[in-house]
Amino acid sequence: MLLKKLTEASGVSGNEKEIRDIIIDEIKDYVDDLEVDRLGNIIIHKKGNKNPKKLMITSHMDEVGLMITDIDDIGLLKFTTVGGIDKRILVSKPVLIGKNKVPGVIGAKPIHLQKREEWQSALNIDQLYIDIGANTKEEAENIISIGDYVAFDSQYIEFGKRLVKAKALDNRVGCSLLIELIKEIEDIDFYGVFTVMEEIGLVGAGPAAYKVEPDISIVLEGTLCYDVPKLDDHLVPTYLNKGPAISLIDRTTLYDIDFRKKIAKIAEKNDIPYQYRKTAMGGNDSGKIHTTKEGSITTTISVPCRNIHSQTSVMSKYDYENALKLLKAILSEYKKGEL
Amino acid sequence: MKFNAELLKELVSTYGPSGNENRVRDFIKGQINDYVDEIIIDSLGNLIARKKGNGKRIMVAAHMDQIGLMVTNIDDSGFLRFTNIGGISPFVTLSQQVIFENGTVGVVSAEPIEDISKLKISNMFIDIGVNNKEEAEKLVSIGDTCIYNAEYGENKNVVFTRYLDDRVGCYVAIESIKQIKNPKNDLYFVFTVQEEVGLRGAKTSAYRIDPEIGIALDVTGSRDTPKAKTFAIGLNKGTAIKVKDNSILTHPKLRQYMINIAKENNIPYQLEVLEYGGTDSGSIHLTKEGIPTGAISIPTRYVHSTIEMASKNDIMNSIELLTKLLESDVSL
Repeated sequence: MLLKKLTEASGVSGNEKEIRDIIIDEIKDYVDDLEVDRLGNIIIHKKGNKNPKKLMITSHMDEVGLMITDIDDIGLLKFTTVGGIDKRILVSKPVLIGKNKVPGVIGAKPIHLQKREEWQSALNIDQLYIDIGANTKEEAENIISIGDYVAFDSQYIEFGKRLVKAKALDNRVGCSLLIELIKEIEDIDFYGVFTVMEEIGLVGAGPAAYKVEPDISIVLEGTLCYDVPKLDDHLVPTYLNKGPAISLIDRTTLYDIDFRKKIAKIAEKNDIPYQYRKTAMGGNDSGKIHTTKEGSITTTISVPCRNIHSQTSVMSKYDYENALKLLKAILSEYKKGEL
Repeated sequence: MKFNAELLKELVSTYGPSGNENRVRDFIKGQINDYVDEIIIDSLGNLIARKKGNGKRIMVAAHMDQIGLMVTNIDDSGFLRFTNIGGISPFVTLSQQVIFENGTVGVVSAEPIEDISKLKISNMFIDIGVNNKEEAEKLVSIGDTCIYNAEYGENKNVVFTRYLDDRVGCYVAIESIKQIKNPKNDLYFVFTVQEEVGLRGAKTSAYRIDPEIGIALDVTGSRDTPKAKTFAIGLNKGTAIKVKDNSILTHPKLRQYMINIAKENNIPYQLEVLEYGGTDSGSIHLTKEGIPTGAISIPTRYVHSTIEMASKNDIMNSIELLTKLLESDVSL
């Protein structure tokens, strides 16, 4: 299953090789041109009916994770974060380290030994360590090294009626959508880009847009969802099971109003449920894309993910399926020259 | 030259928050159409007006967008929740009137709060005087943006109004466009979009124009009010030549050139060393291989409020400095 394969692969920002190879393997028979650029972005071109406006669809393929910074005398590893990670989700979690996927667990002082005041706040990263079962520094050094990337170890599981739990749904869910489009869409000319290093500052998207020079772009994302009861409606960024989320504004883009309205109209015309992403927080590759060179128009379409940036992100297949429907409907409008 | 209060009043009263600058762009276009050789509107919506000349390619940027409030939610009773477009202060916004593009007027209030210092935008709402959600949805949609609604005021010394930031910069540019008859330099006046959310329009327009010199026109703070922190900018002390803000250290040769022009023409000026904020100059000077860039600022009290105040003399002196500079044989 595609999303299982994508989420269980590792690809922490700056170390996207594994996920990139999987994606290339999936799409290579369905594209006319495929290139990996100098930063590691995958840029593909599917040729079809020419449209005067160049369309680019992007999804970042990196995920948040950790990196080893030091090894202590008894073989425990110190680490730092790569991308936005809530330190409260780290304690007692399994991880995989380096190319060889050395298993480890994140350890901390047991609750019995903590003072009452230590219970009041989360442990700092420097109070945590990764245990790989080594007894000495030398033993640890034999299997890992400083600078090694650390990915969460978490299985893809389907549960409930239509929910999925996995790590890295942000943004393998976008990758999965883009892969499906590349495989299924024929006769429409577009560029597809799987970007690197979004989570550490939208690094890959700028150079990719510089090269492709799109007129319009669709950025595919997994976005934050926090739809717990008792939260006022206006504070809920997105809901699960209410369809794909269309962005209004975030820290990096004020989405083009006409384009946003067109997308909403396409959803309505095709009876596809959608919601607006109500928070202005966060940002994504669109920020770099729309301000590259002489500027261009963008939209972001996201699948809501609870517990985003954690080992146990949760999304709904209903939202995913409707996101895919919406994208296909958008592409058919594009084909008619209506975008 | 007379102070054209009518034009400034129309500029500050025309709707155009960041991301939705259509109306103000149309208004400005109408003002300058007959005075320029070429007009382009780019994909982000920047209005680029060229006055052809044989000298240096100079980009003059004044942002036409303004700060505002974007609706994110409409509740069952028809109250609107919002997020900020640009630097919106909850304290300034409380109890203000706001107006949408379609003319719908609302008032801003907040949930009950014991400690007013804890006032946050997420606890505030817009009341458009409807009875329920259905009525509200006929007037306003999620994603719509409103702006402050407030009267323009003036006396013989100053103007005080909403949105001098940066319609006064647009005003300076328009007046300069009208005054320059035979441009020596190749002038690109850009009325930029989305400055208030991160200097975005200036970035893409500078890339297109690839200027040899960049000049931003914007408001700057003033610290000449009671117990204000030290900052050597005050009202009615002249146009301000920017030395720095948080987005740029202006090009020293261009800065000196501006000073020389001011001195030669007896234009009162002050030097602006701003320790916060940014202007389009920040985006322009980092474009492509780098562009010598400076800024002419209009000293303004109470920036990002509905009573932004500037001196008429300072505004006139800013127009004169810009015009004299653009009419000169610029060499750096």
